[in-house]
Amino acid sequence: MSELNQAIENTFPKLILFNARTRGHRPAMRHKDFGIWQSWNWTEAAQFIKALAAGLIGLGAQRDDKIAIIGSNRPYLYWSIAAAQSIGAIPVPLYSDSVADEMAFVLEHAEVRFAIVEDQEQVDKILSVLAKLPALKSILYEEKRGLRDYDHSRLCWLSDLVELGRAALKDKGSTAGLERVIAEGKGSDTAVILYTSGTTGRPKGVMLTYDNLLASARIGIAFDGLTEKDEIIAYLPMAWVGDHVFSYAQAIVAGYCVNCPEKADTIIQDRREIGPTYIFAPPRVFENLLTLTMVRMEDAGRLKRWIFDHFLQVARCWGEKILGGDKVPLLARLHYALGDALVYGPLRNRYGLSNVKVGYTAGEAIGAEIFSYYRSIGVNLKQLYGQTEASVYVTLQPDGEIKPDTVGRPAPSVDIRLAPSGEVEFSGPGVFQGYFKDPEKTAEVKTQDGYVRTGDVGFFDATGHLKIIDRAKDVGRLTHGGLFPPKYIENKLKFYPNIKEAVAFGHARDHVACFINIDPVAVGNWAERNNVTHASYQELAADPRVYEMIAEHVEEVNEALAAEPQMAGARITRFLILPKELDADDGELTRTQKVRRSFITERYASLVKALYDGSAVGEIRTEITFEDGRKGMVEGKIVIRDVTVAPKPGLEAAA
Amino acid sequence: MTRSTGDVILNVENVSLRFGGVKAVTDISFDIRKGEIRAIIGPNGAGKTSMLNVINGVYHPQKGTITFKGRVRKAMQPYQAAKSGIARTFQNVALFKGMSTLDNIMSGRYLRMRSNFLWQLFYLGPARDEEIAHRRKVEEIIDFLEIQHVRKVPVGKLPYGLQKRVELGRALAMEPELLLLDEPMAGMNLEEKEDMSRYILDVNHEFGTTIALIEHDMGVVMDLSDRVVVLDYGRKIADGTPSEVKANHAVLAAYLGVAHQEKSR
Repeated sequence: MSELNQAIENTFPKLILFNARTRGHRPAMRHKDFGIWQSWNWTEAAQFIKALAAGLIGLGAQRDDKIAIIGSNRPYLYWSIAAAQSIGAIPVPLYSDSVADEMAFVLEHAEVRFAIVEDQEQVDKILSVLAKLPALKSILYEEKRGLRDYDHSRLCWLSDLVELGRAALKDKGSTAGLERVIAEGKGSDTAVILYTSGTTGRPKGVMLTYDNLLASARIGIAFDGLTEKDEIIAYLPMAWVGDHVFSYAQAIVAGYCVNCPEKADTIIQDRREIGPTYIFAPPRVFENLLTLTMVRMEDAGRLKRWIFDHFLQVARCWGEKILGGDKVPLLARLHYALGDALVYGPLRNRYGLSNVKVGYTAGEAIGAEIFSYYRSIGVNLKQLYGQTEASVYVTLQPDGEIKPDTVGRPAPSVDIRLAPSGEVEFSGPGVFQGYFKDPEKTAEVKTQDGYVRTGDVGFFDATGHLKIIDRAKDVGRLTHGGLFPPKYIENKLKFYPNIKEAVAFGHARDHVACFINIDPVAVGNWAERNNVTHASYQELAADPRVYEMIAEHVEEVNEALAAEPQMAGARITRFLILPKELDADDGELTRTQKVRRSFITERYASLVKALYDGSAVGEIRTEITFEDGRKGMVEGKIVIRDVTVAPKPGLEAAA
Repeated sequence: MTRSTGDVILNVENVSLRFGGVKAVTDISFDIRKGEIRAIIGPNGAGKTSMLNVINGVYHPQKGTITFKGRVRKAMQPYQAAKSGIARTFQNVALFKGMSTLDNIMSGRYLRMRSNFLWQLFYLGPARDEEIAHRRKVEEIIDFLEIQHVRKVPVGKLPYGLQKRVELGRALAMEPELLLLDEPMAGMNLEEKEDMSRYILDVNHEFGTTIALIEHDMGVVMDLSDRVVVLDYGRKIADGTPSEVKANHAVLAAYLGVAHQEKSR
């Protein structure tokens, strides 16, 4: 697209119409429904969006109205965003797995007038908090099922509204009216409000303009050479900035096809069927795939296991070098090629990564081993560091400069500086306008000269790559003065497949102790193979043999920590295994599955106390929330395990 | 519930069933109206499953008549019952364990397949069109019951709760007018029970299917059903709306363990 065009097509609705004119026959969206991939091309998408926009006007929607979008990744919901933008309204995507109260907060704060939702589940949630939402006028739903007997005075089936819109558009006057409204959109208008899940406090509404999102989308497209021929799978929450940029903004700018899986449970199968060329996933997804592979390999025959182990060894030696384009001896190349035919190719195919030309992991630190594993079997996995406030891109790893422990160089046209405290600050075209209705918070985060404080502490290494250590407010000090970066320690623990989640304590204490959450899949499988009988997660978590296994992992982590002079003081001396999985429904994790440290400290205060007063067991009694909102109790005595920390002469003095 | 129920679709009149000297069902009469959810409850051994077996022709009662859609049948065979529009699920799941979810549900379409064997053998002409039409119907059911993720998994490998759902799917594939569910929620945890209740209500609402169900969970019965018939020792002791039945003394005596020690959740 020429620069002139870029200046004219400065909003997503305009770009969609542009796509319909220039590549109307190319697929825009696919959705697997009734077992078949149904697809829509750009022309059909544009028609649907116009009809829905006309329908919304008919309902009384106006410029600057907020329209909530709630549901899993579905073509109709993405187009609802575009339809809202067409009439100058501001879409507000919400996390569809939020409970009603969380939803009520955002809906109320954003003064939402219309909600476009997926199904009965979401309708029920909104109806249950309707009293708090005086601004809400109508709810539109996509899936009819179960809603037949509901009072329809404020409910409307999305397809009915689209039909009304189509009928209205038959009139020339209203078509012209809609086109005029679309043309009125400017690049500096607010395109979307994305509520950040917030590891602390209430969510904040990040306002991003079309200019922000388009600039950011173009940075990514140019960086990785994306074209209309690319394919991606959209399966991450629509309210998350990553999905909004990758599955919406970039898809519209580059014109590539976005594929929506049949259901959350079928994503692995669906990804295999589509074979995306461009993928994006938090580390968790890659961890899960690898865990599944390893668990299955444990059950495989000896010959298969030998082949697998042998070629993984070869891949570890040469795989990353071959991918990075380094010099590799011919014999090693041939050996790797054989491995590719026997092991790596089939593995990539299993994962649905056969066609991937570039994949990103972000959101949290990825384990060096996991990262290297995927690269060694030929998946061009890279890291990026991003924020909602930046419209994603802050740093990116350029091809050929991939390191597992850094997040790469500043993205094109983004500038990064380090505050005296070590906090990372950035500026660039993607910098957000402000938090919706919260100028105080905006002022806290945005500096006078237009830089944004990330709240992360980091530094540049010798090659100019940024390395992130931890959240600035989380980095603590032990009483003897040693550094205590909790996330750094937790991530090291979490890289073991048996450990799903970890929470480390140590700020203003004399030693580090932690909570461990075991992974039910990995440990459950181990239990099955070793005849460890258990009736529940709680029972498995309390098994002495499980404790033994986890203690070994902790000791290994301690060895790794001891190897880094700054971290030697932060070795783990005591741990316990929690009797329940940390869960977002209980408020222990954010909706993006990050640990909410302060909340956990408060909730499990008795256990934290037991970790530090030397007692051998801690007692717990706590409430848990089931998926449907009912409550239950977990109680019991939790064993606390001491870990021997070998004193390292010389280092103690340094700390 | 605002749903209105229509005419009588099934009428059971003075039915008695004996196995040698054992009286399974004695002189029972009740009716099921079109579009309703009719629960059959009673303590263990009350004759509930026998009653279902009588309705779909597995057992032939020594006395009494069954009238389904106005046609009186005395000794109906199960396949005739199926042909006339009665489908059922079983207390102990009865699926083809080695076959996939898709194939199991497809087997429910068997009665509706018309094209001849030769066409089917070569997957040609009418057989092909027919297969596609049936597959579409099956996919709708898979979507309805939200079992897409196990579409191609052999059902023997599935957890019990899912197997029950697949079995319901197979019964739905027949597009029955009357659906007999024998303890659809036995052995399920609370969450699975809630899901299953949702599906049963949705089947009733969306497809207008008349449902007769046997269930032990009183909460489920009271929430789902329009009318309840209560059996005890093979005899009918009460019949009416859930609230009427709940207040009935004979039911309380039979159920709440005055006469015998039955659980009554």
